[in-house]
Amino acid sequence: MLLLNIDTALIIEKLILIIVILLGSLGIAMYATWAERKVSAVMQDRVGPNRAGPFGLFLPLADGLKLFMKEEIIPDRSTGFIFVLGPCLAMLTALMTSAIVPWGPDFALSSGHIVTLQVADINIGMLFVFGVVSLGVYGVMLGGWASNNKFSLLSSIRAASQAISYELALGLSLIALLMMTGSLSLRQIVDQQHGFWQHGYFSWNFFKQPLGFIIFFVCACAELNRAPFDLPECDSELNMGYHQEYSSMKLGLYLFSEYINMFISSIIMVTLYFGGYNFPFMDKVAELIHNPIIFSFICIGALIGKAIVMILMFMFIRWTLPRFRYDQLMKLGWKSLIPLALANMLITGAVILWFFNK
Amino acid sequence: MNYNIHDILFWGLSAMAVGCALGVILSRNPVNSVMFLILTFFAISGHYLLMNAQFLAVVNIIVYAGAIMVLFLFVIMMMNLNADVEPQKGQLVQLAGVISGGVLFLVILAAIKSASPIDVDKSASQIGLIDNLGKVLFTKFVLPFEISSVLFLSAMIGAIVIGKKEDTHVINK
Repeated sequence: MLLLNIDTALIIEKLILIIVILLGSLGIAMYATWAERKVSAVMQDRVGPNRAGPFGLFLPLADGLKLFMKEEIIPDRSTGFIFVLGPCLAMLTALMTSAIVPWGPDFALSSGHIVTLQVADINIGMLFVFGVVSLGVYGVMLGGWASNNKFSLLSSIRAASQAISYELALGLSLIALLMMTGSLSLRQIVDQQHGFWQHGYFSWNFFKQPLGFIIFFVCACAELNRAPFDLPECDSELNMGYHQEYSSMKLGLYLFSEYINMFISSIIMVTLYFGGYNFPFMDKVAELIHNPIIFSFICIGALIGKAIVMILMFMFIRWTLPRFRYDQLMKLGWKSLIPLALANMLITGAVILWFFNK
Repeated sequence: MNYNIHDILFWGLSAMAVGCALGVILSRNPVNSVMFLILTFFAISGHYLLMNAQFLAVVNIIVYAGAIMVLFLFVIMMMNLNADVEPQKGQLVQLAGVISGGVLFLVILAAIKSASPIDVDKSASQIGLIDNLGKVLFTKFVLPFEISSVLFLSAMIGAIVIGKKEDTHVINK
């Protein structure tokens, strides 16, 4: 009786990779909460967190401890099971996207086993990201509805309509990119952006699709519910929005999933538009180092470094711009971004047809 | 007894699909129904994956689970339906429902019975991959594809026209 004839080494390799990615994302998200406070402090000419440890570096740990210790309150009139399901779904969908990101180039171990720094290279990579993004709204929606609170319900309705509206422009802006790359697999998209300069032009997609990137970035901001698009948790109108009735670690999961989402979407944006783990003069560095394992780690470092720059961008935007009004948000999405994305798609198609004749 | 992983997944997913589909019609709370329907879509996507139709699987998730079911949930939340305000249907309506459902079931059963099974190696087929699907859609089936896109366009325009109607006396800006 043959049940599972899968290579054990493969399972162990992927398991280690998954654990490292999960812990890494959690760690970076944890320190993103610290960085957010530090950035906001610097931008508002304050000192910011400085009590817990040097530069307040232990603040995320203290936060986590506090959230774990708090009393767990489930409102009397909430829909019990869905109320618990909400934050779980938010966290699950935040973490799922990391499965298809290529974190670095392959390297061979001394035993000849080739390690792939990607959990799954699937044929439909980018569509998988869309699938997960489109499911991401359930966490907020179900949580807000199950709380049985009018503010929460209003907030979850806002979140859902905002997510659906901006998903369209997100998808359209990406189609132009996919027309250029001709592949949905993130691994292939990264390989096409090798180095920094190729065939007499920048190899990174940002220099070929600047408008597409800007649309993608704005839509990502909206999908993440980050300011200036944080209408679902708009405190001046909705108190705290969809997580008003949540306490303890369930609230923590909601807050935390936002930061994980921010990290993963930064990684996806870097992968799509800024060359992923590629960096300038990488071929020369690879020649100098010889050791492919160390080179892979340098590549991972390049990817994470670019992602951190992207996260800082999100933070600067949050602490600079005021929040949109709801009608302005809808107008921007439907009347500006979608036509822009469509125009970008047409121009890209025309250029490919006339100049490159693919 | 020689099960392989393919068979185990197939039966598991089938049980999940049928079970969740039953959950959709049997649960009293409309929100639970919607969640069961989402799970059913996931099970069906799993079946697509078993047939190596990755594109279909993920588009099924994006379109049905990610967009249409969100709208369903949206409407149910707005209407604030609960188990205790479920409208009771009359006996005659229930009977009509049973008869029409039964007739549909009969037609589907007859169609499946007369269909001849084609023996293809499902797990190795390349038909469902995005390259092949795109080629087939834009060469062999280009006319139906374009006609259906015109249909969608007209539906979108229709929705805009209906939505605009009441807007004339509301102050813009």
